Amino acid sequence: MPEQIRRILGKHGRSPDELIPILQDIQAAFGYIGEEQVKAISRYLRISENQVYGVSSFYAQFRFTEPGRHGIKVCLGTACHVRGGGTLLDSLEHGLGIHCGETTGDKRFDVDRVACLGCCALSPVVQIDRDIYSRMTVNKLTELLKNYE
Amino acid sequence: MNKLAKKIDTAKGKWEKLKENREPIVYIGAASCGRAAGALELKEAVKAFLDENKKSARVIEVGCIGPCYLEPLVDIKMPGEPRVSYNNVNAKTLQMILKSHFVNGEPHKKLALGHFGTEDFDGIPRFWDLPMLKPQVRIVLRNCGLVDPEEIDQYLAVDGYQGFMKALKSTPEDVIATVRQAGLRGRGGAGFPTFRKWTVCRESPGEQKYLICNADEGDPGAFMNRSLIESDPHAVLEGMLIAGYAIGASKGIVYIRAEYPLAIERLKRAIGQMREYGLLGKNILGSDFSFDIKIKEGAGAFVCGEETALIGSIEGKRGMPRSRPPFPAIAGLFGSPTIINNVETLGTLPNILRNGPDWYTRFGKEGNRGTKTFSLVGKIRRPGLIEVQLGTTLREIIFDIGGGVQKPFKAIQTGGPSGGCLSEEFLDLTVDYESLASAGSIMGSGGLIVMDDDTCIVDLAKYFLDFTQKESCGKCVPCRVGTKHILEILQKITNGDGTPDDLLALRTLGDTIKKGALCGLGQTAPNPVLTTLRYFRNEYLEHIKDHRCRATVCKPLIEYRVIKEKCTGCQSCVRVCPTGAITGPRSEPHNLDPSKCIKCRSCYEVCRYEAIAGDAIVIRTAESRS
Repeated sequence: MPEQIRRILGKHGRSPDELIPILQDIQAAFGYIGEEQVKAISRYLRISENQVYGVSSFYAQFRFTEPGRHGIKVCLGTACHVRGGGTLLDSLEHGLGIHCGETTGDKRFDVDRVACLGCCALSPVVQIDRDIYSRMTVNKLTELLKNYE
Repeated sequence: MNKLAKKIDTAKGKWEKLKENREPIVYIGAASCGRAAGALELKEAVKAFLDENKKSARVIEVGCIGPCYLEPLVDIKMPGEPRVSYNNVNAKTLQMILKSHFVNGEPHKKLALGHFGTEDFDGIPRFWDLPMLKPQVRIVLRNCGLVDPEEIDQYLAVDGYQGFMKALKSTPEDVIATVRQAGLRGRGGAGFPTFRKWTVCRESPGEQKYLICNADEGDPGAFMNRSLIESDPHAVLEGMLIAGYAIGASKGIVYIRAEYPLAIERLKRAIGQMREYGLLGKNILGSDFSFDIKIKEGAGAFVCGEETALIGSIEGKRGMPRSRPPFPAIAGLFGSPTIINNVETLGTLPNILRNGPDWYTRFGKEGNRGTKTFSLVGKIRRPGLIEVQLGTTLREIIFDIGGGVQKPFKAIQTGGPSGGCLSEEFLDLTVDYESLASAGSIMGSGGLIVMDDDTCIVDLAKYFLDFTQKESCGKCVPCRVGTKHILEILQKITNGDGTPDDLLALRTLGDTIKKGALCGLGQTAPNPVLTTLRYFRNEYLEHIKDHRCRATVCKPLIEYRVIKEKCTGCQSCVRVCPTGAITGPRSEPHNLDPSKCIKCRSCYEVCRYEAIAGDAIVIRTAESRS
């Protein structure tokens, strides 16, 4: 087992309620939950790989493919929706040539939707990595992406 | 107790000094939304200004005071003067404001929004007299934006933890009786009397009992809980101590969305401070009461707002609800008696305990006591976080506090995806649990989304069903299959392929899901469809019979056109069109090829905001369909 996984697992107990915190730490470290990690968690908590996958696939936070260098999250909360969040996502998907949940071929961006970032008064908002951009328009977003390599 | 009493004295002394302020103070509203609007850049700029001009001042990050549309907010308090608030501050106005205060020695009257003093100050209005704030009653939000959320001392200085200390001096039964007299009902949405849940849990046998704070604010369009935790975390934690004492729990868990990193950070810090002050751990303040609080981060599932699903998630399982009884108050987390209270319910408790139930019942109306926070958003002039007495009308909220709508008002959605969409005729409805339910909606956790003529009602219903269908956990058939069918019918209608029979099918499906679903998610999922069918039937019929979307939202029913007479041929739209659908030489009216157009709105935006003509590109009902 690679050292990094071992270190993360070592910080947690072996009771089943540790599963989600472990998955969160693994995703924070690797960016996604890979096959190797699922196997390691299964052995550590003594539950089946299916259980690990079953729980992790239930929650929106976990992804199973490698993310891009920059993660774009388009907020589709109600406030953002009525102010055009959906159109932002459509044009983003069209512009990058990928669908929600996918990563561009050059691994530059991955695109996801998010239910609500809680900045409803500044809608529509888009999050790129840790930064939240408020009152977005299709053209502002196109310009903004040029700042990310 | 003595150790804490000393700390409180020190805290009050520090607070008095801060209020006297021999040194100027700069407050920066730096909750998530303030940060999204650029608060942290402003903080750096303030520091740079002070360095450059060799001035000294305390720079304090505070939470959210509520009027999000004014973000970022910067307040300045000079010695001997009231605190003056400035809104929508940018790099340029910041320099003007700082110069005015620190160099010229006077507030910048033109840019000032309001001041926090009691008397007249240089003709600047009082902050609390501003139209958005005046009708509000702030109990839960009383400290938001006024204290530093990262300093327990500031919370102690404004009577923090007094409610808990009062509780400790009485019996748990008395605490429950106080909450009963106050008439507090759960603020998570259902409005179940808090004391009743507590009594069941208190009386359930069991060594180990749990108190869970539900901060899994999953409603899209709601951010009340996030704001409260970011701005005044100790109020929620004090509420947890009180609730834990009342039900006899020794372990508390905050279940919070991972999407709220700042709230989590502030909670962690606050819990550390409580431990340091002896407010957590064994035999708190020398009493028999022992309590500790842990944070569990949710992993993103709307259904986990439901009690039994939330418990499943903490236990490390898929967050799927189970049938009740047994209720969690009898058999909850790991089989032990468990109480799950919403953030706002907990945030209210310290106030009730501190001021007494009689004080609390002065607010609200019979059966609906106290206040409720709402996130007021959508097509409204003054969006933000508000707190009003229960029994306030929707009209007062939308028009007096929210400042109304720019275009004609169409509808308001209360209660998020589980709520209903109410039309103009309901504007005089009072906001309380029963009135909203009688109109087919719910109170919910407090998201209020205002819509105007630019919102398509059918599209909105589709949006909510798309959400609940995706978030349905799949355990029970009515919800799993039913929401999918409703969504498919709505898609058909917004594509222009609906038939009049579809409306009947929507009704039948909706009623069946409401009756048959296992948990609250399913039972309320059809509400947006059923209420819009009831109050906006015409819009459905227009989509079906005339293939017309009057709000020009549903893409298959609209088209983009260049108005030749207005187009100046400035090429702005040609440059932004991603598919090359717009062509034409400079200074001549452009052509838009509908077969290439993907209706992405780029050209429309550019024409309105940047181009010379301003309104040469229009969106209208597609001719081919009507």
